[in-house]
Amino acid sequence: MAAPPSSTTVISSASSLADSLFQRSLDDLIKSLRSDPSSESVIISRAISEIHREIRSTDPLTKSIALQKLTYLSSLYFTSMSWAAFHTIELLPSSSLHTKRLAYLAASLSIHPSTTDLITLSTHQLHKDLTSLSNSSSSSPFLPSLPLQLLSLAASPDLSTHLAPDLVPLLSRPSPLQPKAVSAAYRVLSLCPSTVPVLFKPLVDCLSSDNPLTVSAAVGAFCELSAPPNDPSPYLPLAPEIYRVLVNSRSNWTLIKVLKIFSRLVPLEPRLGSRVVEPICQFLRESQAKSLVLECVKTVVTCLPTHTEAIQLAIGKIKELLSADDDPNLRYLGLQTLRMLAPQHLWALEENREVVAQSLIDPDRSISCEALRLMMAMTLQGNSVEICTLLVKQAAKSDPEFANEILDSVLTSCAKDFYELVVDFDWYVSLLGEMARIPHCMKGDEISRQLVDIGLRVRDARPELVRVARELLIDPSLLGNHFLYTVLSAAAWISGEYVEFSKDPMELVEALLQPRTSLLPTSARAVYIQSVLKVLTFSCNSYLEESGSAVNNTVITRMLSLIEMTVGPLAESDEAEVEDRVRNLLGAVRLVGNIKDHSGDKDKDGMIYEVVKGMVHLFSDEMGPVSTNAQKRVAVPDDLDLKENLADLSEFISDDDVDNATQFRSKDSILLYPRNHNASEEVELGPTRLAESTSLEEHRKRHGLYYLSSDKEARESELTEDYPLVNEKLLPLNGDTARRVKVTKPRPTVVKLDEGEDLKTSSSLSNKEEAKDDALSGAIMDALLGKNGEGPASAFDASSSRQGTSKDKEREIKSKKSEEGESKNRHKGKRRHRHRKEPEPGVSASQEKPVIQDFLL
Amino acid sequence: MIRFILLQNRQGKTRLAKYYVPLEDSEKHKVEYEVHRLVVNRDPKFTNFVEFRTHKVIYRRYAGLFFSMCVDITDNELAYLECIHLFVEILDHFFSNVCELDLVFNFHKVYLILDEFILAGELQETSKRAIIERMGELEKQE
Repeated sequence: MAAPPSSTTVISSASSLADSLFQRSLDDLIKSLRSDPSSESVIISRAISEIHREIRSTDPLTKSIALQKLTYLSSLYFTSMSWAAFHTIELLPSSSLHTKRLAYLAASLSIHPSTTDLITLSTHQLHKDLTSLSNSSSSSPFLPSLPLQLLSLAASPDLSTHLAPDLVPLLSRPSPLQPKAVSAAYRVLSLCPSTVPVLFKPLVDCLSSDNPLTVSAAVGAFCELSAPPNDPSPYLPLAPEIYRVLVNSRSNWTLIKVLKIFSRLVPLEPRLGSRVVEPICQFLRESQAKSLVLECVKTVVTCLPTHTEAIQLAIGKIKELLSADDDPNLRYLGLQTLRMLAPQHLWALEENREVVAQSLIDPDRSISCEALRLMMAMTLQGNSVEICTLLVKQAAKSDPEFANEILDSVLTSCAKDFYELVVDFDWYVSLLGEMARIPHCMKGDEISRQLVDIGLRVRDARPELVRVARELLIDPSLLGNHFLYTVLSAAAWISGEYVEFSKDPMELVEALLQPRTSLLPTSARAVYIQSVLKVLTFSCNSYLEESGSAVNNTVITRMLSLIEMTVGPLAESDEAEVEDRVRNLLGAVRLVGNIKDHSGDKDKDGMIYEVVKGMVHLFSDEMGPVSTNAQKRVAVPDDLDLKENLADLSEFISDDDVDNATQFRSKDSILLYPRNHNASEEVELGPTRLAESTSLEEHRKRHGLYYLSSDKEARESELTEDYPLVNEKLLPLNGDTARRVKVTKPRPTVVKLDEGEDLKTSSSLSNKEEAKDDALSGAIMDALLGKNGEGPASAFDASSSRQGTSKDKEREIKSKKSEEGESKNRHKGKRRHRHRKEPEPGVSASQEKPVIQDFLL
Repeated sequence: MIRFILLQNRQGKTRLAKYYVPLEDSEKHKVEYEVHRLVVNRDPKFTNFVEFRTHKVIYRRYAGLFFSMCVDITDNELAYLECIHLFVEILDHFFSNVCELDLVFNFHKVYLILDEFILAGELQETSKRAIIERMGELEKQE
């Protein structure tokens, strides 16, 4: 803290007159900050210490000026203001409107329930100010707008529950404050679903208000409430009201919001689409406002894809946007909306190909990124070669950021669905090699992953892979680039694993052992050394098969001596990985050397033959991709009883279950297994799973995480659906699952493995997520369909089933939706009372109809 | 919904910062720095929309000040561009040919104006005339 300023050292804390005489106003503060920019921090800390003193004074004027200064510093100079929360709240009840405003501003800028609980102290004051219109006629008619601002920014659940009733009169009475009340109310609603019964109906009534601003605010509120990630289905019953606004409103702003809401509702109820398309087409034809036209185009393109007339109009407008040479904004928006047409109307994208290609090289990053995304959307199996080559060429010419973006999109889309888009793997592999060489390429990890992945899955691509790998390994300049070491280690691995396709193993070994490899990190070097061993083995074996003796072969001898020379010194390396493999390698080399030197002539060839054959056998198993489901599919041997009580295991398992779980899990994460070894590892895996499931159960018991019946059988079968097992988290994310694909002539086989369970688990995961968001939607649906226990809520046991499984919830929502669809049909004049989808008795159904009807009337 | 509004000059000094979502002080600092870096380097011939984290920033430069609004990805860009223009027009009217210094010395008034026509991240009032009338009435109250 800086020393107090000389001019104000005379302040005595007792006298408020003295304080105000010497107190610096906000203007003074600003002037002093501006006059001397270099000593800004000194001035600020001085000011803060002044403020600390002044704000505690009893004189409200002093306090308010101090608060004003503090607000200024806090919002523009990032000084913390939270310590003054109490003082801010103290000033809220002030009778001077000016001070009140200051205090409210300070509060809305600095107080938030997440940082302080003091907000609840102001509850009474907020209540008074909100109801001031009805209580005292002397206060300003605009007074309630202050607490509304504060509430919209800093509402806590407690505050919301207490003040929600005060919002209701503001919502229902027409006044200039009504729109503000609407916005504040929707915020309160979304933060605190328990206020729904109080606030929702008034909010809906505002939709039909006479004040266009109120209508606008209400539409905006519903637009935000139904926005993703929230569930828009509860708002479906409001569609008729909102449609009325669509047809009657003259305000573009309101119409834009209305269109947004419809774009979320139409996918839920296709008949709505046919009602809405008419007004939208009219806007498209007649409106002069570009923003409205844009929104119409977006809506048509995203949710009315089948209405040809609308689509034609929309595409016409998009073409106009794209051809606006002088306005980059419009071009950008044209590209963006064009992309939305992607899956269904690719022909439209094709038509505008030129513009897209032009935009790709536009200097504006926004436009070029948008063009990139468009090109990826246009990519099909047929044109993938053309597009990807073009893009990679462009990447070579672009700045680093954009180049990496291009590489990223090419890599992701080509790898999707096990390289669905790639027909010619030879081309793709060489493209990967090219990508690695692009300056500033930072996608080394992904490139290396794909190289290895393709090697595992696509047998026919292996020769080309080896060729590309060779080129990468030979080049000494790549070794210095630390973004590329993963690519290089992938290349080394490929060369070692598929050395049989290599044309010149000696060259490979030289490349793998070149002096600059010392620049590589440990992990890469380890792979290099291992590959050398593989290449050596292969070479020895092939020469052995050609001519009976490999020992006297010059190439082999050269190889051996080269290895001795370069790798020898590494035997004492600090890094365990490298040292380990070096010793393996040297061991093999010296073994052969020893035989050569020490044995008698007759045995030599034979022994070397044995050694080499043994080593070849080590590397002979072909590695393939392993499905992450593989473990689950391992059959439990008959003599292993999983249900047996393993209480004595608990002696071995310590109290921290977590350690055990991770220990076992790390075994699972090894992706590369020799395929035929699965059977022999059953017994090991058995107790693994067993211990894992018992420790999981222990954990659950401890934390009482049981929602389901205690019946073991039932639980185990339901566990797979509702409560994913620990393992299963790995399942949906890892791509190692699919079925065997039939070979199409030019396209080589891509090995995939069984897929079945994948879909189920991903859907069960998404169910869980839906369950979380439904607190608000559930409350709103309750409010719309009847708040009391009778009515549809009881028929589906809404309140109790909300704690039930997510599956019940889905059913509940679906049936409520079908009811809502029914009621809407009635509203639209189609009588369908008798058409009932659910097997409910007519009594409860007819009970609920009047509720909706009254509500919506 | 508007997430925040920033007024910054070319050197990166913030002249006004209004947030409609809760953010900590350190995060605010980071955000302001990032937004400034994003908009200050853009050529005037480029679009007025940039992607920012998972949202987008719609900005426009008026003399030496950048007016930036961060909105959701799905929001209508052209509409918010007009919103920024409306704000500038009102400030211009209120301060009679507004310049940066006016904003610096009338810090609270600017907030007052802003609060009058944007609440909870939603535009309340689109008519310039109405807002100016309301501000006039509020001034009389003080």
